[in-house]
Amino acid sequence: MYGKKVKLRFLFLVFVLASVILTVFLILQSLRDNVVYFQSPTEIKSLIELDKRKIRLGGMVKEQSVFINSREVNFIITDYKNEINVIYSGAVPNLFAEGKGVVVEGFLKDKNYFLATKILAKHDENYMPPEVKEAIGDK
Amino acid sequence: MLANQIGYYSLILGLLLSVLLCGVSIKDLNSSGKQINQKILSLSFLQLVFVILSFLSLILSFINSDFSNETVFNNSHTTKPLFYKISGTWGNHEGSLLLWLLVLTLFIFLFLIKSREQPKKYRIFTLLFQQIIIIGFFLFVLMTSNPFNFLFPIPNEGLGLNPILQDPALAIHPPILYLGYVGTSIIFSSSLAAVTQNYVTKEWGQHIKKWVLVSWIFLTIGIMLGSIWAYYELGWGGFWFWDPVENVSLMPWLTLTALLHCILVLERRAALTSWVVVLSITTFTLSMCGTFLVRSGILNSVHTFANDPARGIFILIFLFILIILSVGIFFSFHVESNKKSNNFFWFSRETSILINNWFMMYFLSVVLIGTVYPIFLEVISNEKISVGPPFYQKLIAPFLIPFLLFMYLGPSLQWIKSKIENKRSLIIYFLISAMLTFFIIKNLTTDLLFYTVLVSAAFFLFFTTLKELFIKKTNNLSQTVAHLGFSLLILSILFNSILSSEIITNIRVGEKYNYSKGEIFFKRIKESKESNFNSIIAYFEIKDENGKIIELKPEIRVYNQPAIITSEADIKTTLLEDKFLVMNLVKGNEYFNIRYQVKPFMVWIWISVLLLSLGGLMSLFKKRYEK
Repeated sequence: MYGKKVKLRFLFLVFVLASVILTVFLILQSLRDNVVYFQSPTEIKSLIELDKRKIRLGGMVKEQSVFINSREVNFIITDYKNEINVIYSGAVPNLFAEGKGVVVEGFLKDKNYFLATKILAKHDENYMPPEVKEAIGDK
Repeated sequence: MLANQIGYYSLILGLLLSVLLCGVSIKDLNSSGKQINQKILSLSFLQLVFVILSFLSLILSFINSDFSNETVFNNSHTTKPLFYKISGTWGNHEGSLLLWLLVLTLFIFLFLIKSREQPKKYRIFTLLFQQIIIIGFFLFVLMTSNPFNFLFPIPNEGLGLNPILQDPALAIHPPILYLGYVGTSIIFSSSLAAVTQNYVTKEWGQHIKKWVLVSWIFLTIGIMLGSIWAYYELGWGGFWFWDPVENVSLMPWLTLTALLHCILVLERRAALTSWVVVLSITTFTLSMCGTFLVRSGILNSVHTFANDPARGIFILIFLFILIILSVGIFFSFHVESNKKSNNFFWFSRETSILINNWFMMYFLSVVLIGTVYPIFLEVISNEKISVGPPFYQKLIAPFLIPFLLFMYLGPSLQWIKSKIENKRSLIIYFLISAMLTFFIIKNLTTDLLFYTVLVSAAFFLFFTTLKELFIKKTNNLSQTVAHLGFSLLILSILFNSILSSEIITNIRVGEKYNYSKGEIFFKRIKESKESNFNSIIAYFEIKDENGKIIELKPEIRVYNQPAIITSEADIKTTLLEDKFLVMNLVKGNEYFNIRYQVKPFMVWIWISVLLLSLGGLMSLFKKRYEK
């Protein structure tokens, strides 16, 4: 028979190991369900099957493409190769403007229409999200 | 011009003093005498003076709008109000690093003064480790981000400070947060020093606890200020977005909170020594990681500002050196404490503190993985992802239930061994909480069972700590106040998220918008001109379901330099709820995009965080009374 202390230590170790495994499992499990992938217009056009999950779409807001009425804002996101129409109702950040980079979050209706639930704001007008920079070919 | 020179050479002198200090203190290690050489104290003070001098000269350059200085040119403008010229000093990368350096040297000096009763070798080793960090930061500032770069020809006008940083809360947010971040450096250095001297004892626990408390209080308030700023300035009406930049400030807070609790065990029972040291090292490493991630531009965050990747590499290398150094010291010097005090019982205050630590580590791993996983995935597979708030909520909220219950249970236990008294009154408290919760939220949410249990757990902690406070006249006031603050925080966050409502619409001047509970009337706009921006002030009348009318005046500011448009939300705060209206301009259109939110118990979130820090403050002063 082992001493009481050894037994306690062993129990403690088992407890720690079990909780670590449980934690890792829980985290990985919910990561799978909760990540949002980023895609550019070109990547969306080349999709074989439509992605039903929430995604982020980024590129430049095409000049002369913003139309607004009391319910929604419509505009076109381009990476200078392909374009996607965006339909959005919600708060519009101030740095959102024609000819500027933008990232929107939402769902694809089909390969040409995107229903956005959020326009992601930025803090700095010189700052270009790295994804957008890459999507438009690092100009 | 002259200020620039003074600032730059003070920095170099400060660096030289670091090297000198290391030399003198190593020599002093072998000398006899109980106190450390007076020279060390004077040198440390001199170093502080030089860094202050450098910092003051940068402030002076900002006040004088001296555009021969590159940092001033990049971040200031002659039309900027004086207050923001000064706060602009630390509102940029170079200046904020100088502030880091200032706090680093200030804290080690304070440490030397405040630790006279501690063993001499321990103090010298702490100074040495701290000087390694200080040298690293001096080199970092001088090599990659010199705040005193000279510009020629001298420009007539600066580029201006990003307008969203021109804000009172953000003027004091960085210094406070840095006091917390950098405070952890003292904990790091002194725990390494204590390990080398085999001094991880009760006495050390009592002495370092003050530093843990100070850092913790500043970090807590610093995070809160950033959060308040995000709430009213970013115009989304939220106060926490689980954004990477926010997460990196939360991570050291979690480990520091864990440390704060387990230092109590060390202080009373001389147990958990290794764990205390590991936590101290982790906390500072996480603070450094925070700086690295924010400054390197690796993180894809809504708070990211344009920045320079070369700096990231420097911090990364420095970080690795520190980690290797500390792990090396830990494994080669650390001896497990004497065995006789190792008798742990399952049902004791020690165990409950271990449980607290277990939860903290769990929360930490959730936040850590959520923050760095996207970076790794991008490096490995070039896929770009982001992890949203649902991830954190799903993983953290359920675990708050046992956490809140243990927060009551833990403090009511005795050290070493105990049993629960007053079982009956506990059950009564729990039933009251559960019933109250059920009646409040039964019609409000879809996930009734989960929220009922979670809110009841929070109410339970709230009522029991309140009882401790007023009826039982607890002997551990600081802990009770802090736990009361935490329960209040969870309650206000939960009710805030369950009961909030918002309306977003595009509206023209003169229009009315009807929604289910009332009416928003856009009366008129007024334009006005300030020194560095033009503003459009909109007048809205909002009628709620009771027919009560309030007027809100959100503002849009068009800054001249840099040409950025910002929205200033108008918020009517009462004890029960905040009414929040923000307006955005959509370029080239007559429509304004407005967002109207009713946010219950918003002000209680801030109050409860203040209560939490008050608990820390009381604990800090309590120790002094006893002595």
